[in-house]
Amino acid sequence: MTTRRDFVATSAVAAGALVLGRPRDAAAHVHLLPHVQPRMDAPTRDLLLLALDTAKRGGATYADVRIQRVQRNNIATRERQVLDVVDSDTIGCGVRALVDGCWGFAATPRLTNAGVQRAAAEAVATAKANRIARDKPVELAPAPSHPDATWSSGFTIDPFSISVEEKTSLAIAANSAALSVPGVRFVSTQLQFVKEERNYANTEGSVIAQTLVRSYTPMSITAVSADRTDFAVRDAVVQPTGRGWESVLESNLPVNAKRWAEEAAEKLTAKSVDPGRYDLVLHPSNLGLTLHESVAHPTELDRAYGYEANYAGTSFVAPPEKALGTLKFGSPLMNIYGDRSQPGGCATIGYDDDGVQPDQFDIIKDGIVVDYQTTREQAMWLDWWYKKRNMPTRSHGCSYADSWSSVQFQRMPNVSIKPGSKDIGWNDLIAATDRGIAIQGRGSYSIDQQRFNGQFGGALFHEIRGGKIVGQLRDVAYQFRTTDFWAALDLLGGPKSYELYATFSDGKGQPGQANAVTHGCVPTRHRQIVVINTGRKA
Amino acid sequence: MSRFVDARAPRSLFAADDVVISRADAQQVIDRVLRLSTADAVQAVVRSSRTRNVRFAANQLSTAGVVEDTTLVVMSYIGKKHSAVTTNDLSPESVERTVRKAEAIARLSPDDPELLPLLGPQQLRDTSAAWDEETATLDAGVVTAAANTALAPARRSGSMLSVAGFLVTGADAIAIGNSAGHFAYHRGTNANYTLTVRTDDGTGSGWSGEDAVAWKQLDFAAVSAQAIEKSTRSRNPVAIEPGRYTVILEPQAVGDLVGLMPRYFNARSADEGRSPFSKAGSGNRLGERIVASMVNLVSDPFDPLVLTQPFDGDGLPLARQSWITNGVLSTLLVPRSWGARRNLTPTGTPNNIMLGGGSTTREQMIAGTERGVLVTRLWYLRETDPRAMSYTGLTRDGTFLIENGKITRSIKNMRFNESPLFLLNNVEALGPVRRTASDGPGTQVMPVLKARDFNFTSLSEAV
Repeated sequence: MTTRRDFVATSAVAAGALVLGRPRDAAAHVHLLPHVQPRMDAPTRDLLLLALDTAKRGGATYADVRIQRVQRNNIATRERQVLDVVDSDTIGCGVRALVDGCWGFAATPRLTNAGVQRAAAEAVATAKANRIARDKPVELAPAPSHPDATWSSGFTIDPFSISVEEKTSLAIAANSAALSVPGVRFVSTQLQFVKEERNYANTEGSVIAQTLVRSYTPMSITAVSADRTDFAVRDAVVQPTGRGWESVLESNLPVNAKRWAEEAAEKLTAKSVDPGRYDLVLHPSNLGLTLHESVAHPTELDRAYGYEANYAGTSFVAPPEKALGTLKFGSPLMNIYGDRSQPGGCATIGYDDDGVQPDQFDIIKDGIVVDYQTTREQAMWLDWWYKKRNMPTRSHGCSYADSWSSVQFQRMPNVSIKPGSKDIGWNDLIAATDRGIAIQGRGSYSIDQQRFNGQFGGALFHEIRGGKIVGQLRDVAYQFRTTDFWAALDLLGGPKSYELYATFSDGKGQPGQANAVTHGCVPTRHRQIVVINTGRKA
Repeated sequence: MSRFVDARAPRSLFAADDVVISRADAQQVIDRVLRLSTADAVQAVVRSSRTRNVRFAANQLSTAGVVEDTTLVVMSYIGKKHSAVTTNDLSPESVERTVRKAEAIARLSPDDPELLPLLGPQQLRDTSAAWDEETATLDAGVVTAAANTALAPARRSGSMLSVAGFLVTGADAIAIGNSAGHFAYHRGTNANYTLTVRTDDGTGSGWSGEDAVAWKQLDFAAVSAQAIEKSTRSRNPVAIEPGRYTVILEPQAVGDLVGLMPRYFNARSADEGRSPFSKAGSGNRLGERIVASMVNLVSDPFDPLVLTQPFDGDGLPLARQSWITNGVLSTLLVPRSWGARRNLTPTGTPNNIMLGGGSTTREQMIAGTERGVLVTRLWYLRETDPRAMSYTGLTRDGTFLIENGKITRSIKNMRFNESPLFLLNNVEALGPVRRTASDGPGTQVMPVLKARDFNFTSLSEAV
């Protein structure tokens, strides 16, 4: 953890690094490897323990406290121009207290003894005020304590060590490459980086320090017809990662941008799709969001029990008493698992915000629902199921708060599909398809609050005839009933075709919180799915 | 007085009794930034907030909390280069560090050919009515008691009803100041209550909500009663064939769709040929009739139902703007940068949208409808075609069939593919307006609305 005092001492060095800039060659950065999480510094630890002590003295039977620092660096460009360079830095303390079976939470940016004591007292007071509305007391599933744990995500180049010049040159080079394509009029590229230092302690003895980074470089390319009666956009070209600057370099924006721009220009003259039923071949970059919305959200246990009814919605995978072990979600080829320890994942973490080390767990096995995403509080709700299956009643490590100022609750882990056993990939699925549409990239996406009825677009569509791509299509959206769509899965890629799709911002909760999450996917084929034409001009 | 503010804390610049930063304290922080700056120009923004919330679901409290924070943004300008650096540490040493960092980053940034000089002093209107002291300082017990207007009847029902709701109160302050002499300060409060009630057989769901400047303006019992009534009335829905229907959209549903329109009013996108308001060849569609002549769409931070921040992110004062006047596209949104390039008066970027109402009540609309669909609210709206402002989404939490002037039955939810432009072109009647309980950014004031030929495209089993 960098305390403010440490930051004062090192800021001169940081400024020096900015002025000097950094070499372009990734190899020159190897001296930065590997990133090692330092032990928690004494002042941070003292504040954490003071908050816990205050909560216990106030009457809390359980409390946890997080002191978190989140740094963000965002650079926005359009065409050959930098619009904005924005750095932000926020640090503070959130205390959660359980009193008489009710939760209370308070958060403050005041990292002084008095500041965290007041936050702890306010959390306890709020919990006590809630007692009048309590129905059942909160119970927490057992979890081992981690008295002196540290963890760092697997990044090799800290994006916060890269100069503004290097970042802006990369974006402008990518934009220029896209603009070199005839018909392409507008390009925007953003560079977004997040670094979190998360310090956690609870009254059961855990004291945990963790550091992670995430990187994302969204790019959007617009072609306009010569007579200005039409325009077309190619975006969704790069995936966010739970990695560092190395992942940006691997995206090779200046080289790939020209191809993406050609796809935008070609889209202007692409055939508008004929509505009907098609076999869909979905690339991991498109399947990821469909899996996220139709599989990962309805298997959140709080949704299944109605906890999100007023906002994000409930779930058709409910009630758990009837769904677990019984509900046929899709084809027997469908195996879905949750895993917050997946390297490079945006939801990847060493210990969650309950202090739990996440495990890899099956959610759907051979097409049947077998488990949900849980926190310590929620794992107790499935105690009966785990006993029946001879499994330990334990949290899967899905507790997450998006800031020191937000209360933790169940958020999505990385939820992924297991590859098939045959060693086949994207091209093989296309070759095996007689009449279909191949879809890449995320597009428009919408699904109802129980996740029955979905409508998904994409970024790039190609018509398949006789096992071959015959041209680009546009205005495509596929519409489905979730279990029918997954029952129609009849081919999926093997281990070599597995890729990480990710989303940088997924909303849930009131007040709203955003998390970032990855979905490991292989290409899939779904037979005879309804496709509609969404094209309309004003 | 806030119990949360620690007057002895060395980093605090607040007076002990301020819930959010005061004008004087904000001015002091900004003055410090101006004194420390060595850039050609500097602008600082201070934002301060304190919120209290209670969330409940499955007939019990789930989470509750109090959160406060204050952030400082320093924007430094050196030649044509600029940057912005944000911190939530307002100690003198942090303010200095932030100024230096902004200057260091600005020096390394490329020139911005569209950079404009900072705004000088501006005339700003008084907005003190946007602040309600009671709302800013509510105790936890008061908020929990309001939750009981839903929890108590749910428990009395013997768990035949399951309630999930959210109560939140907030106090916010913002100050903008710069080296060109501009200083603007605003503070406001907000209270919001939304409730979803589900029936135990899983076939009924009803929603209601209210949003206001002050806690005492919310009618908690009425919101709870309406959501309960809608949930029981919406049980056992039947499927109707998707297709084009006359719809009566309640204000929340109107806001869910019409509230998406402001992002398309950007003059630059229209002039660049990538907007529904671009004109073939060149230019934009200003002055053209784009929707039915009874439609008026405006933004006004001073409207008594709105009372939001009277300046935008640049500090530019916001006046009433009429985007659509009697169906004609009358104004496009002009940010300062585009105004300078095209020699247009900037409109600023408003944070509220109001669709003008009419004199037809909801009941009159129902009575005058032979066959139609009554919609409570919409969900998961996503753009399907930017050229026509087309969206898909679904109905939710109270969808009913109207036959021969009466609500006859609850119907299953449906997905639509529709554009707010087409909706407003097909509008047949407008009713009384209200402030919606929107989750999105900005404040909306919307009427109940009747329109023909709304395009429902598929059924959903979701309740």
